[in-house]
Amino acid sequence: MKVLVTVKRVIDYNVKVRVKSDNSDVDLNNVKMAMNPFCEIAVEEAVRLKEAGVASEIVVVSLGPQAAQEQIRTALALGADRGVLIQSDDNLESLTVAKLLTKVVEEEQPGLVILGKQAIDSDNNQTGQMLAALTGMPQGTFASEVKVADDKLQVTREVDGGLQTVELQMPAIVTTDLRLNEPRYASLPNIMKAKRKPLETKTPEALGVEVKAHTQLLKVAPPAERQAGIKVTSVDELVDKLKHEAKVI
Amino acid sequence: MAILIIAEHDNQSLKGATLNAVTAASQISADIHVLVAGGQCQAVADAAVKVTGVSKVLLADNPAYEHQLAENMSLLVAELGANYSHVIAPATTAGKNLLPRVAALLDVVQLSDVIAVESEDTFARPIYAGNAIATVKSLDAIKVMTIRTTGFDAAAAEGGSAEIETIGALHDAGISRFIGATMAKSDRPELTAAEVIVSGGRGMGNGENFALLDSLADKLGAAVGASRAAVDAGFVPNDMQVGQTGKIVAPDLYIAVGISGAIQHLAGMKDSKVIVAINKDEEAPIFSVADYGWVADLFEAVPALDAKL
Ligand SMILES: Cc1cc2nc3c(=O)[nH]c(=O)nc-3n(C[C@H](O)[C@H](O)[C@H](O)COP(=O)(O)OP(=O)(O)OC[C@H]3O[C@@H](n4cnc5c(N)ncnc54)[C@H](O)[C@@H]3O)c2cc1C
Ligand SMILES: Nc1ncnc2c1ncn2[C@@H]1O[C@H](COP(=O)(O)O)[C@@H](O)[C@H]1O
Repeated sequence: MKVLVTVKRVIDYNVKVRVKSDNSDVDLNNVKMAMNPFCEIAVEEAVRLKEAGVASEIVVVSLGPQAAQEQIRTALALGADRGVLIQSDDNLESLTVAKLLTKVVEEEQPGLVILGKQAIDSDNNQTGQMLAALTGMPQGTFASEVKVADDKLQVTREVDGGLQTVELQMPAIVTTDLRLNEPRYASLPNIMKAKRKPLETKTPEALGVEVKAHTQLLKVAPPAERQAGIKVTSVDELVDKLKHEAKVI
Repeated sequence: MAILIIAEHDNQSLKGATLNAVTAASQISADIHVLVAGGQCQAVADAAVKVTGVSKVLLADNPAYEHQLAENMSLLVAELGANYSHVIAPATTAGKNLLPRVAALLDVVQLSDVIAVESEDTFARPIYAGNAIATVKSLDAIKVMTIRTTGFDAAAAEGGSAEIETIGALHDAGISRFIGATMAKSDRPELTAAEVIVSGGRGMGNGENFALLDSLADKLGAAVGASRAAVDAGFVPNDMQVGQTGKIVAPDLYIAVGISGAIQHLAGMKDSKVIVAINKDEEAPIFSVADYGWVADLFEAVPALDAKL
């Protein structure tokens, strides 16, 4: 079975972004970029499926600028077999990403597509579900466990009240939650080897998908800043403040 | 301009998050319909008609919708939603699972986690873990969006008198099946609805020590939450996680115990009205958002606080 994995190039999760002074967007100049953490988990899951003999080939896809090659190379170093970059400097909204991925799915015919549940820049949490809709595949979102048995997939999902298990017909879509696995680090020899793995570049035009704007970003503002309060030094002081100043207990 | 809200429920009771969605919708239009799709879910529809501001309840009662499987539900909601200007669900795991699938079927994008309505097509939503707030204008004919419950007050659960319309449409994609669920049982209020929350982090050391917080929570009528580190370490179950990728909460009082205050955690709780932090490291970033910080060993501080209440 072929597994398709998506990796998005985003701001490193340790970086606290700043809003540009003209409120037009966030400032990504000279900011450290990395693979979206949920995509690292997606890659790891695919690699584990290959190690278990369930997956035969892992194709990793990223959509974005030329520089997103770095994230594809990282995935290749972690164990993916080949990469596809859909290169565009335009702002690719989730629906466009899902449409482009649908083209890749039609071409590659994977048995399973694994995406992150959420990109930590847009915080959209929608691309996987959209890809599932467009390909007509079932979806196992927010997965904390994935089991393949014959042509069926069992996915345990993190839902608000606890955990839910569903059985999906393959081919299927999975989006990863944080506890699905703990991603490994790439070893130096594997990083070297990854440089020679195939990486193909395509464009939205070549795939026949129009990059259309569905939204217009009017303004980006910093959130209301919270001021640090005071330090208390005893339980009596804390209880007194909560009772008489904050009046919350 | 009518708005369709997807009710959040468990086939028995209407969940509070739906009431927040009604308030968000009422800031856009006065014609608000609520879809109750489920199995044996008449009781939910009976509750939904009473919600102030709701003008019609659509009831789709069929085994195919019993477990809210997105594959089936999305076909129903896309069919109905085509006749609406807005389709809204609360940004719960159920809403997040379903609504993007609906949006794609309608060939529109979803606006996720909306926290404010500026006009019928312009909305505010947090991005980058809440470190920036984007004001976004939708160019799509149908606006599909999840709303963050902490951004909108709950509509009154009583006072309305909407009619119920039965929806016969049956959509069973036949590609997914519900196997089972393990739901955490607790007598405490739900995290997202609680007025007081006591949360523990890695500093709690182990799962047994969460009993300290349970006792405190009992006295305060509070829910108990956790940081991701506490969940990952196996101290407590995943549905207790507060943060960017867990639950977003905004109680009157949030007490963070043994939590350092990583941006991903702050993203989930920094809109709380009053924040108390107990941490032995005076440099911990949690203190930068705390109204009352107490630099102390939690194993002394929490029992002392408990004894005082
Ligand atoms: C993509 C992504 C998403 C994430 N999403 C979330 C999320 O939704 N929610 C979330 O919480 N995290 C999330 N995280 C993780 C986050 O980055 C932090 O790792 C996590 O919040 C740290 O948890 P903590 O504060 O409990 O642990 P630590 O950072 O280890 O802090 C423990 C604290 O306890 C204090 N302490 C220890 N012993 C005592 C004692 N005896 N008395 C008093 N204080 C004590 C220490 O001083 C320290 O400050 C996410 C990370 C990533 C990469
Ligand atoms: N431009 C992109 N390139 C590669 N993968 C993407 C891209 N956009 C979204 N994805 C995938 O979809 C997931 C969810 O993204 P989002 O819906 O934007 O939160 C991400 O974790 C990625 O796996």
